[in-house]
Amino acid sequence: MTASIDINKVTKQFGSLTVLDELSLSIPANEFVVFLGPSGCGKSTLLRMIAGLESVDAGEILINGERIDNQPPGQRGVAMVFQSYALYPHMTVRDNMAFGLKNISVERSVIDARIAEAARMLEIGHLLDRKPGQLSGGQRQRVAIGRAVVKEPKAFLFDEPLSNLDAALRTRTRIELAQLHQRLKSTMIFVTHDQIEAMTLADRIVVMNNRKIEQIGAPMEIYNRPATRFVAGFVGAPAMNFLPVKIRAEGGLVVAESGAGLRIATAIAAEGLPGGDYELGIRSEHVRITQPAPDAAEGIVDVLERLGERTLVYVRLGDGHQIVGSDSGDSRVAVGDRVGLAFEGAKAHLFEAAGRAWHGQEGGHG
Amino acid sequence: MAEPLTATAGNGSRAKSVDIYAPQWRNFLFVAPYLFIFAAFLVFPLFWGVWLSFHKADTFSSGRFIGFDNYVRLFRDGIFLQSIWNTFYFVFLTVPALALIGLFLALCLNRQTRSAAVLRTLFFSSSVLSVTIVTLIWRIVYIPDMGLLSMIYGFFGAKAPAFLSDPDLAMIGIAIATVWWCIGLPMMLFLSALQQIPQDIYEAAALDNANRWQTLRSITLPSIKRTFVLVVIIQIVFQFQLFGQAWLMTKGGPNNLTKPIVLYIYNTAFQRWDIGMGAAASEILFLLILVAAMAQFLLTRRKADA
Repeated sequence: MTASIDINKVTKQFGSLTVLDELSLSIPANEFVVFLGPSGCGKSTLLRMIAGLESVDAGEILINGERIDNQPPGQRGVAMVFQSYALYPHMTVRDNMAFGLKNISVERSVIDARIAEAARMLEIGHLLDRKPGQLSGGQRQRVAIGRAVVKEPKAFLFDEPLSNLDAALRTRTRIELAQLHQRLKSTMIFVTHDQIEAMTLADRIVVMNNRKIEQIGAPMEIYNRPATRFVAGFVGAPAMNFLPVKIRAEGGLVVAESGAGLRIATAIAAEGLPGGDYELGIRSEHVRITQPAPDAAEGIVDVLERLGERTLVYVRLGDGHQIVGSDSGDSRVAVGDRVGLAFEGAKAHLFEAAGRAWHGQEGGHG
Repeated sequence: MAEPLTATAGNGSRAKSVDIYAPQWRNFLFVAPYLFIFAAFLVFPLFWGVWLSFHKADTFSSGRFIGFDNYVRLFRDGIFLQSIWNTFYFVFLTVPALALIGLFLALCLNRQTRSAAVLRTLFFSSSVLSVTIVTLIWRIVYIPDMGLLSMIYGFFGAKAPAFLSDPDLAMIGIAIATVWWCIGLPMMLFLSALQQIPQDIYEAAALDNANRWQTLRSITLPSIKRTFVLVVIIQIVFQFQLFGQAWLMTKGGPNNLTKPIVLYIYNTAFQRWDIGMGAAASEILFLLILVAAMAQFLLTRRKADA
């Protein structure tokens, strides 16, 4: 069973504080959607509103076209996996998984079959008679997922479920969640502030900030064509480089010039670009480290981060701005060296002062 | 003694390592004051009581050794047997009521509203009163013809039962006053237990379609099971020691029907001055309470194993 979810102009206030402001979103059936945003952006509140754990102050939420925001949580047909797992401590794993089904008087044989199937899928068969206190964090996580799976819900809601796991287990569980989605073909909503989780898991990412949605799109679309300066800065590690620039048209395309004598020819169409101040954005992988050359931009190396397959080089420009560029994994560059920077202008973005983004190649803005 | 820390290899003596975790006996001084009081006022009287119970003791002498005679006399004394029965009856009346009413109040008042805070204070306030005040209040409630109870009964045109003089009702009357007096502690213990249940378990239960009753039965009650056992055992130990209310409200009457063990001990040891027999009765009470305390120990240990 799977379902589409529609969120129409939903508003949420805590006292005089508005957490979500007329937010709308449509999630088709079977999609894995990730709500991504910084702490306090309202992403968890939105998830809890879908689950029924928070009231909706204005607007409506529909599952399969049926309005559910006035129904109690249990009747919405959704299952949630909590950050803290929220397992019932005095019940065995088996009883934890059976509880929701017993409450709606599902037949014992059906319950047993579903638990057996979920336990096999999640490899927790040997844990069924233990209590949560006797399980490790990763095992509890699986049980929490199992408890959701046996309900065969219309949609799965995950509230930062990986944040209590250690790094290795987090990566493994992430992959398993992706496999789970492929196997169950169910609508899943996953809340996280971790962009790697978002990029790796999502069919579509909903980037949220400050009460509203900044951008909705496939991971690579979000990465390559961020709609706003916030999205550009939030998604991607290291964060995108930003430089205040003056723009000029040359052969129909924008050429950006910065204070440090930098001149970057972009692939952004100059036509239709409003006047005003601009920032140029470019990711570190599109800034290569070169030998200093008379006609190239250059600076002094501040910091080196060796990631193995590549090296991130933090370069201080003549005007004081810092640019992160990348070099090969076995880069010979040392801190204090004078290096040249080669910008891949076609991959650069422009951001208006208000935050709106302009991209190259296909033209237009996101 | 005052060797340098950097011992040279040349002096031939092996450097002796000091075990910094070895017990330092001077630290014993820190607990000595308490230990002295504990020994003088708890351990010594305990054994002295046992010793007295085997002697024909009165106020003037500790008398001669008579073996188990005091115990034999006790169990041949109908009033003592009656007082044991009375005590058990009183515990039976008060402990379940305290546990269940305390739990009920805690469930009702476990919310962050102003009225709940006021009511919590109100229900707890009776606990700070002394037994003298409590019994005074309840004697006024129970006074025939003019007490609060007879006023209420009179309002409905009925005559209030004479709680403290009716043989069937006297112990119930004392039990009601006791529950009113002691309800604060169980309520507070239950409240603190309820507040330790994580909120997200309730959220998970709501998503699991649990209604109020299923949530109470499957989530709340199992989560406070240990506190429930604790409350019951504390109250058993407390209520076994009934004395003040019975003494001040009925003096053990009518016809010894409200005389608890402690009152029997008081009568025997300090009114009839048969201190040996009073000590023997005390030992019996001690054993009864010990059994209750052991029951708590065993019950909670089994919970921990589960």
